[in-house]
Amino acid sequence: MNKIIRFLPLILVIALGVVLYRGLSLNPQDMPSALVGKAMPEFSLSSLNNANKVVTKVDLAGDIVLLNVWATWCPTCKYEHPYLLDIATDPKLKAQVKLYGLNYKDERMAAMQWLTNYKDPYQFSIFDEAGTLGLDLGVFGAPETFVIDHHGIIRKRFAGAIDTRVWRKEFEPLIKQLISEKQQGI
Amino acid sequence: MLNKILFITLLSVSYLLVSNTVYASPVETFEFNDEVTKVRFQALSKELRCPKCQNQNLADSNSPIAEDLRRELYELLQQGKADSEIIDFMVARYGEFVLYRPRVSSVTYILWFGPILLIFIGVIVVIVILRKKPVSKAALALNSEQQAKLKQLLADNADESSHPASPSAAPLTSASKEKE
Repeated sequence: MNKIIRFLPLILVIALGVVLYRGLSLNPQDMPSALVGKAMPEFSLSSLNNANKVVTKVDLAGDIVLLNVWATWCPTCKYEHPYLLDIATDPKLKAQVKLYGLNYKDERMAAMQWLTNYKDPYQFSIFDEAGTLGLDLGVFGAPETFVIDHHGIIRKRFAGAIDTRVWRKEFEPLIKQLISEKQQGI
Repeated sequence: MLNKILFITLLSVSYLLVSNTVYASPVETFEFNDEVTKVRFQALSKELRCPKCQNQNLADSNSPIAEDLRRELYELLQQGKADSEIIDFMVARYGEFVLYRPRVSSVTYILWFGPILLIFIGVIVVIVILRKKPVSKAALALNSEQQAKLKQLLADNADESSHPASPSAAPLTSASKEKE
């Protein structure tokens, strides 16, 4: 008993060291979204390409949806863009997963120009100039990507750029799960 | 003395007031219909954390998201929402994280009660140490056997030491000579 007590400070220091060391490699931006498990919030905004066309939650319903928050003022979005194109053109994913854009606090002209220049991976982009839908989604920067299931429930929020590694690690397992859920009619 | 206290209080209060108005809105100005709403705005924007710049509150931060949230906060106040409703609104979107004082829930138990627990453990340790009886006199005291031995030794010593002083020192000297 005495021996254990004698080593207790050492054990505590080591435990503290482990905790703090782990803290070094944690990403503080990587926070659980408050919206995971909740329904996609209602919205009524114009489509990016057509100011007269109103899009709502109904337009996203029924499919497994990737909702990508992007903007022309966001350099990381440019890095991410080719990977989004890959996802959008992937023959396996194409039939199962729909990629939509949420153009967040941007200028319509600049955003349309961007899609012309770099190609448009999205089914369509929602034009959220004031960031209202962004606010309802708890978005605090771009890029962010939400996974919404076929019932319209938000299943994941990812803050940061998608690339091949991130896609494999963060998205692929969930997308597979969702596809099988949908096929089983869950 | 009383004057001095009064002066210091006034000074600190005025300092608080000044720092409030400075911090309230680094970029934009909001107009409030009444003083109470203004104070609530200031209080809430200090209570709520900026999600992007995590060590700043809404009042401090210049980031676009903090600006948006300040505007939203203002709108909600203008709509006459209660503080608790506003906090619920923010938490629903940005999670518990936006609160500088997280609410008590199963996730935050350790945060809220950890320190109390540590103090409790500390108090127990102190009590245990204090109550550990100092080595009692009874334990230190000699038992009868030791007592007897001690008496014997003392007696021997007394015999030895008394001899040189005594006039009949012959037996001792012979004894000590034998020793040498």
